[in-house]
Amino acid sequence: MENKLNISSSPHIRSKVTSSNIMLMVTIALLPASAFGVYNFGVNALLMLIITTAAAVLTEYIYEKLMHKKITIGDFSAVVTGLLLGLNMPPTAPLWMGALGSVFGILIVKQLFGGLGQNFMNPALGARCFLLISFTGPMTRFIYDGETGPTPLAYIKEGSMSSINSMDMLIGRIPGTIGETSVLAIIIGAIFLILMGIIDLRIPGTYIVTFAVFVGIFGQFTAADVGLFDPHYITAQLCGGGLMLGAWFMATDYVTSPITKQGQIVFGILLGVLTGLFRLFGGSAEGVSYAIIISNLLVPHIERLTLPKPFGKGGEK
Amino acid sequence: MALLTFKGGIHPDDGKRLAKDAAIVDVKPKGDLVYPLSQHIGAPASPIVAKGDRVLRGQKIAEAGGFVSAPVYASVSGTVKAIEPHFNPTGAKVNCIVVENDGEYEEVEYAPVKPLEEMTKEEILGAIGEAGVVGMGGAGFPTRVKLSPKEPEKIDYIIANCAECEPYITADYRRMMETPELLVGGMKVILSIFDHAKGIFGVEDNKPDCIEKLKELVKDEPRMEVMALKTKYPQGAERQLIYAATGRAINSTMLPADAGCVVDNVETMINVYQAVVKGMPSIERIVTVSGDAVNKPGNFRAPFGMNQMELVEAAGGFKEEPEKVISGGPMMGFAMFTLDVPVTKTSSSILSFLKDPVKGLDETACINCGRCVEACPSRIIPSRLADYAQHHNDVAFEKMNGMECVECGSCSYVCPAKRPLKQAIGSMRKIVLANRRKK
Repeated sequence: MENKLNISSSPHIRSKVTSSNIMLMVTIALLPASAFGVYNFGVNALLMLIITTAAAVLTEYIYEKLMHKKITIGDFSAVVTGLLLGLNMPPTAPLWMGALGSVFGILIVKQLFGGLGQNFMNPALGARCFLLISFTGPMTRFIYDGETGPTPLAYIKEGSMSSINSMDMLIGRIPGTIGETSVLAIIIGAIFLILMGIIDLRIPGTYIVTFAVFVGIFGQFTAADVGLFDPHYITAQLCGGGLMLGAWFMATDYVTSPITKQGQIVFGILLGVLTGLFRLFGGSAEGVSYAIIISNLLVPHIERLTLPKPFGKGGEK
Repeated sequence: MALLTFKGGIHPDDGKRLAKDAAIVDVKPKGDLVYPLSQHIGAPASPIVAKGDRVLRGQKIAEAGGFVSAPVYASVSGTVKAIEPHFNPTGAKVNCIVVENDGEYEEVEYAPVKPLEEMTKEEILGAIGEAGVVGMGGAGFPTRVKLSPKEPEKIDYIIANCAECEPYITADYRRMMETPELLVGGMKVILSIFDHAKGIFGVEDNKPDCIEKLKELVKDEPRMEVMALKTKYPQGAERQLIYAATGRAINSTMLPADAGCVVDNVETMINVYQAVVKGMPSIERIVTVSGDAVNKPGNFRAPFGMNQMELVEAAGGFKEEPEKVISGGPMMGFAMFTLDVPVTKTSSSILSFLKDPVKGLDETACINCGRCVEACPSRIIPSRLADYAQHHNDVAFEKMNGMECVECGSCSYVCPAKRPLKQAIGSMRKIVLANRRKK
């Protein structure tokens, strides 16, 4: 028996949580929003989600195969990227556009920078912004119930609060991208992730609160008939556009958010302010995607400024 | 101010149910006894016996090799067979005195001792040092040295480390259940060295029966208090324990005495009691033999020098051949490649597992999830430090407070990418310490 005993450095026990089951949980948490998107927008939405997910996984596989790297599609991270991009696509965008986005996200944003854990920007959002800039028309055209029309957020931007139905926005019976419309479905997924211990409230909580305060104060300067901390206006801003999907599922991406606890709070505040700025004072009604990718770029600096004080050196014990 | 806990830490399955209810059993060694001359931190002891000498149980066979050192005593009667290198449980080869056991257990007559009240502080410290008592929780620091801080009048707290936060180990638990009076006696001895100090028994609250027993024993002791600490690993780590019990925080450049504290674990305090009150040297300890590979997990009073395989046999032997055997706890213990090693002053347990839980773990890329940061009781960033360590960047490693690591292993435990964080950080710490010594 002498030669059979295993030798390793301590600790000799490990928790059961693995990276791939974390990613699998995130995928599961995205299913309510995906299902609602398909219900809301029909079969084209389903095809889009399948195409973006498949293209992301395939791109990762082919790249790693060609580069003679370990194949990592089993870790579900490419699935999450592909699915998130699909949820960020308008249901009527051509399918090839979704596929192209997935290739861009996985190949350029993720793999060329070293693969999982090395990307400095959320791959799904990097891809979405790439598509938004390249194909602004189809990426911002929203057809709902057979009619092309503005999203509620665009209405708000134009200052017509009267046509906003908050209940529809909460449930998601509004035009928008496939996965962003139903606040309810997104929150169900987010609660699941919180209960599983995969995300916490630090980033999404500070993000949403900061944003609400920002639009509460500055909304009156950009839209008519809106007062200071107008509840109807704030609710519409919170439920509209990609805020909920972004706050719960993309700002919380481990790789592209700060590892320090204080840094996560700073990150959330920054996101809230940037999103508010872009939405109220920018050219588009949307602002979440750009706010997140810009904040992603600042993560190393945020971390450096928020390093915890070690135990016994005057910091948190 | 007692907070009873600390920030960070983890909650692994404690596995203590296996051996918790097994009363301490005396074991008698059959084969040769092997006494390493280095069972403690500091200079090795120097042998005072030669090959062929007959020795008795309780007879000193090696003298302390300096101030920071400890003597070694025979735990059986027999004949010195050799003085030669043998493996110790951590896998190092160290010089050992080998004694052939004659099976008679003839014991030396211990010199009579003065009652504690009549002893001076120097006499008490002398008795502890002479008995070869060292920190038996795992560090092996000579207790006499620990109890001789520069300014003894500034010591406010003597903390008995009754946390036993490592999974599976129940040796201290059995000690507290069966002979809590010896532990309290040891505390009394130590308190008599420090006039201004208060004695605290820090027990994790997963041992309510121990807490009750100790509380009953100290209810008329104005200088002693029992504290129920939150159950969390590493509650028994010295810095975390001091913080939980007193609210004082120390870092890697400080000693507990700098915060007015002295910490000793259960087994050590009991050995202090026996040394000072009974005049007996440190020759045996309680060892937990547990894990799913042994037939009858239990707790044994084992003489130092006893072969560890014999101890496993005392626990009913193996069900099947284990894949992994650990000396000490699963969080900080050492994986052993052989059981042909002696029980030493710091051997708290032998754990054997049919399946090695870390075998074949696939290390994947860090996803920056921050679980290691959350778990780290030293409030540093293990994932980054491990990166610096792997790139041999000692400058960044020190700047990012890598030396504050206590090597508790909580980061490696929680890492979903299964990165060997503690291993990388621990290796780098050794390199930095070695470089500092060179300067």
